[in-house]
Amino acid sequence: MEYLLLIISAILVNNFVLSRFLGICPFLGVSKKISTALGMSGAVVFVITIASAVTWCLQTYLLVPLGLDKFLQTLSFILVIAALVQLIDIVMKRFAPPLHAALGIFLPLITTNCAVLGVAVLNMKEGYGFFKSVLFGFAAALGFALALLIFTGLREKIERAAPPRCFKGVAISLVTAGLLSLAFMGFSGLVK
Amino acid sequence: MDPITTSTLCIGGIGLASAAALAVAEKYLSVPQDPRIGKVTEMLPGANCGGCGYAGCADYARAIVADNAECNLCAPGGPACAQAIAAFLGRAAAAMERRVAIVLCCGDDTEALRRAAYNGIADCAAAQATAGGDKGCAYGCLGYGSCARVCPVNAIRIANGIAKVDKALCIACGKCVAACPRKLIKLVPAAAEIHVLCSSKDKGPAVKKVCGTGCIGCRICTKLADGAITMDGFLAVVDYAKPLTNEETVAKCPGHCIRKDAPPPTPNS
Repeated sequence: MEYLLLIISAILVNNFVLSRFLGICPFLGVSKKISTALGMSGAVVFVITIASAVTWCLQTYLLVPLGLDKFLQTLSFILVIAALVQLIDIVMKRFAPPLHAALGIFLPLITTNCAVLGVAVLNMKEGYGFFKSVLFGFAAALGFALALLIFTGLREKIERAAPPRCFKGVAISLVTAGLLSLAFMGFSGLVK
Repeated sequence: MDPITTSTLCIGGIGLASAAALAVAEKYLSVPQDPRIGKVTEMLPGANCGGCGYAGCADYARAIVADNAECNLCAPGGPACAQAIAAFLGRAAAAMERRVAIVLCCGDDTEALRRAAYNGIADCAAAQATAGGDKGCAYGCLGYGSCARVCPVNAIRIANGIAKVDKALCIACGKCVAACPRKLIKLVPAAAEIHVLCSSKDKGPAVKKVCGTGCIGCRICTKLADGAITMDGFLAVVDYAKPLTNEETVAKCPGHCIRKDAPPPTPNS
């Protein structure tokens, strides 16, 4: 039950993009086509899940014992996540070429995305254990994927519509994102 | 130890460890890429049009070198490009025929009826989705330019309500073929000059009611064309595998839908 609550709250109530406003750049950048959005979502789910596991180990076994977790967290997390994703990229290219082809360029693109770092930092702030950290990371990434895919679907429809000229392009996209965020606000209160 | 030393050592250590791990992975796990792929990529035009059926020029180069794909699939590069690649790889150059896209409809707004006034989004797919389009003929070109918008080289113009492909500019990437909701655009050999510019499969009287230049299925051209025009129901279709040079087909067509391409403009005219 506790885990279910964690998942639902990470996906819907505290959606990373629409409630916490993290990971906005890929949200606006790769939301023009469903196919690219799917690739991005896959890469985000993959990276965040693994990053949560690695940063938890780093925090617990290195930073806390040395008393560095107060001020060195951000720096070391970025460093480790960036290196880790590069490593995964190389390993995946060798051992899982189809997966590498599917995630492709999106994998290195999201190394230092704020959503990835956000999950890692939030995990530490909430004091989750290892399993809970990974689960939270996975669920948060699913929430990101959900928001991205909904938004992409909306944008594909808007592409065909005829908004007033001053709203065309980025403006109508931002308005749409705002309305979508408002809709997700409706979930607050679902989980206490 | 004071915090400054600890944190410096800690971050430095993490950095070193990561760098070492990456270096080892790069050395022992990286997949070596055939250097010929880069060379072939440079030989291709770099238009990334996707006409060859691969995702861009680099992907096509990979397919040529690694998967033994034919090296004559690049329409923008043409025969010169195919030969250069074949010579570089030491393969026999397969003959290559230049192809161009053609819109198989000549019912412009002067000749063909519009059965309704369409005020929606200026897009053929949208017009087609609105009660089957505003054109009287269910097979005719709607003329809202969906093909022209996807053309990477601006070879398609909308003139008097129908789309026309500029033969000289077309690179045969096939994007317009996919974009047309009525499937009116075909890739044909550039050498072919006589075409049946109609796609209506309706019977003669039904065609005549909505269009002044439609194929009425009279079969006169099939007798003149020596097998190069065949009938598909009530529609004459050119078989581009056979040579069609008899210009009588153009003159004798009662529907005026068999047309000969205008000769390419000479440089001094």
